[in-house]
Amino acid sequence: MYKIEKLNELAKVVAEKRAENAALEPRRMTAEEKDDLLAHFHPDYKQDEFTVLSAGVNKGDKVPTQLAALLQGKSRITAADVDLSVPDYDTDVLIIGGGGAGASAAIEADEAGVKTMIVTKLRIGDANTMMAEGGIQAADKPNDSPAIHFLDAFGGGHFAAKPELVKKLVTKAPEAIQWLNKLGVEFDKEPDGTMVTTHGGGTSRKRMHAAKDYSGAEIMRTLRDEVINRGIPVIDFTAAIEIILDENGRAAGAVLMNMETKELLVARAKTVIIATGGAGRLHYQGFPTSNHYGATADGLILGYRVGAKLLYADTLQYHPTGTGYPEQIFGALVTEKVRSLGAKLVNIDGDVFMHPLETRDVTAASIIRECTARDKGIETNLGKAIWLDTPMIELIHGEGTIEKRIPAMMRMFGKYGIDIRKEPILVYPTLHYQNGGLDITDDCATGVENLYAAGEVAGGIHGRNRLMGNSLLDVIVFGRNAGIYASAKAKETSEPQGLTLGHIEKFNKELEAAGVAGDTASPMLLPHYARKK
Amino acid sequence: MDNMLNVYLFGKRYQVPAGLTIMTAMEYAGYELVRGCGCRNGFCGACATIYRIKGEIELHGCLACQTEIQEGMYVATLPFFPLEKRVYNIEEIKPTQQIMMQLYPEIYSCIGCNACTKACTQELNVMQYIAYAQRGEYDKCAEESFDCVMCGVCSSRCPAGISHPQVAMLARRLNGKYIAPECAHLADRVNEINEGIFDEKIAELMTKAVDNLDEIKDMYNHREIEK
Repeated sequence: MYKIEKLNELAKVVAEKRAENAALEPRRMTAEEKDDLLAHFHPDYKQDEFTVLSAGVNKGDKVPTQLAALLQGKSRITAADVDLSVPDYDTDVLIIGGGGAGASAAIEADEAGVKTMIVTKLRIGDANTMMAEGGIQAADKPNDSPAIHFLDAFGGGHFAAKPELVKKLVTKAPEAIQWLNKLGVEFDKEPDGTMVTTHGGGTSRKRMHAAKDYSGAEIMRTLRDEVINRGIPVIDFTAAIEIILDENGRAAGAVLMNMETKELLVARAKTVIIATGGAGRLHYQGFPTSNHYGATADGLILGYRVGAKLLYADTLQYHPTGTGYPEQIFGALVTEKVRSLGAKLVNIDGDVFMHPLETRDVTAASIIRECTARDKGIETNLGKAIWLDTPMIELIHGEGTIEKRIPAMMRMFGKYGIDIRKEPILVYPTLHYQNGGLDITDDCATGVENLYAAGEVAGGIHGRNRLMGNSLLDVIVFGRNAGIYASAKAKETSEPQGLTLGHIEKFNKELEAAGVAGDTASPMLLPHYARKK
Repeated sequence: MDNMLNVYLFGKRYQVPAGLTIMTAMEYAGYELVRGCGCRNGFCGACATIYRIKGEIELHGCLACQTEIQEGMYVATLPFFPLEKRVYNIEEIKPTQQIMMQLYPEIYSCIGCNACTKACTQELNVMQYIAYAQRGEYDKCAEESFDCVMCGVCSSRCPAGISHPQVAMLARRLNGKYIAPECAHLADRVNEINEGIFDEKIAELMTKAVDNLDEIKDMYNHREIEK
């Protein structure tokens, strides 16, 4: 039951039309309708929320205002603060970030026989990968193919993705699932071993593989276990705050900072992989976020300062179904799998206003339109929201389905007295994913030699919108890919000479010349949530 | 201010608004969290916490990000707990009962007190999954422990010193790799890709993606969608 009595009354309207709504097959929008909807209601189109960069390789491009402040922010150090000639750590491949991409890269680097280490500002596994609920795509069923997956991903991303990256994503997908399964990752299977797969928004075949609604957690905890089994060093509670270059302008390590003692350390490496994840904690446009505490765009800053280019940094994914109520879990992810299993989006009148499995950008924009221009949202103490009619799942698939397939969702709402088997839940878009990022080639190389990027920090794989299940896939495929290529490059690279942090002063001068030098300490590392008195 | 509650963070009293979680109450009190804060959504286990309501006997385990504060709550977060993880090569071990005896022999010292289950932040039947592990029933152990976030509160309460989350982790990997049925269509597809049977189709799409966007848009907008 909802604590606000009015919500219980409104939920009855949804219940009355449930059987009728469950039987409905809503029409999908035409390409023109989608374009119009996005242009008017998607947050990416709100011009006054963006700032044009005045310095760096993307000078002239627009990025979210909060990101611009960090990209053009102030380094946490000057070159004089550290002695680069006495490294505290010396390795072949330095991996910055301990999420799905970083861990996958580490395992492949270890497999390749090079010396590798992970640095992470929190703990290994404290990452968006851990929170991915719904699943991972791979075209491995007989009625599906990598080519069909290619078309879904490329079209879903508005034809903006780099084709060679999409190719790698889809053709390496089945192998990625196999690799995970061989490491011991559990997947939902039929008794004969057939994968249980469902649709995601914008998929044309049912290729979403899952491990209940703990898909990312199951993958991440297994990768973490494997990293530890292999004895790969993990330097936790230690953030990278600047990339170090060598005398030839190639990446050669990073300056690290102990998050608790603030001690500065130097890591020298032949190649560096940035795998720092996303930026939800920058709360673009004031949105709540489904992201991890550490999702503060650090990797974009590290790369940008040494000259790595950004691609599509102006496109963000607002997940259509963040929690809209209650306040304790406001903005938390309600997995798309809820809709994959049949739950539909319903307005205050109890009407289904769209097909529930349009792509995420279209669905988010449609929910925003329903709550604003059409004024059909449900008012709570936290703003407007839309019903997601979860009991419909058991009406379609039978009792027990929710507990078996989406136990995390049942638990999350159950703690606040809402039984999602019997009551619909309230949702509203939440900041979920950074579609763009550091521009990479299909061997994960950035424009800076010996600097690689993988996972959410990289851009170009998903174009301007990512499909559900292509992110878990991306972190595995491109995490491994970065590990393989960075190791190979490390093998042919001799010990870096002439280490320098000269880029800091150079970038500062560029900022000053452009008149945008600010005091924002950057990278941000953690959001500031403590109440200021 | 109405609706302010007394909570005791590490014994010190703070007055915070009702409706906050333990984590947001700490932030309201002025803490800048580094430890004991992770995904903030109940999946990572970073914010393991123990609390007791003033005047009551029972001690509770919870995740700070998923638990609403109550009047008189005494809170101690457990930002790190020394779980004992044993290392192994997943390719070399086998899903026999012996492997658990070798790697985690302490599970056989379980005295059946059930403190682990009572402490579980995910309301799992921890003692039951340890029993399955003792018997080498790794499929059952995997299923029973599946929602574990490895926060370690169970282990903090165990008189036998068992590292329950690590035991379950081993069981799940054994189950996923060796016991759960193999997927034939997955192996077939990997072989097909390696044989190059999709290369031509993909190459065609790649060319269109660069040279003929209108055609690929049309293909996308009119593609068949599986019901």
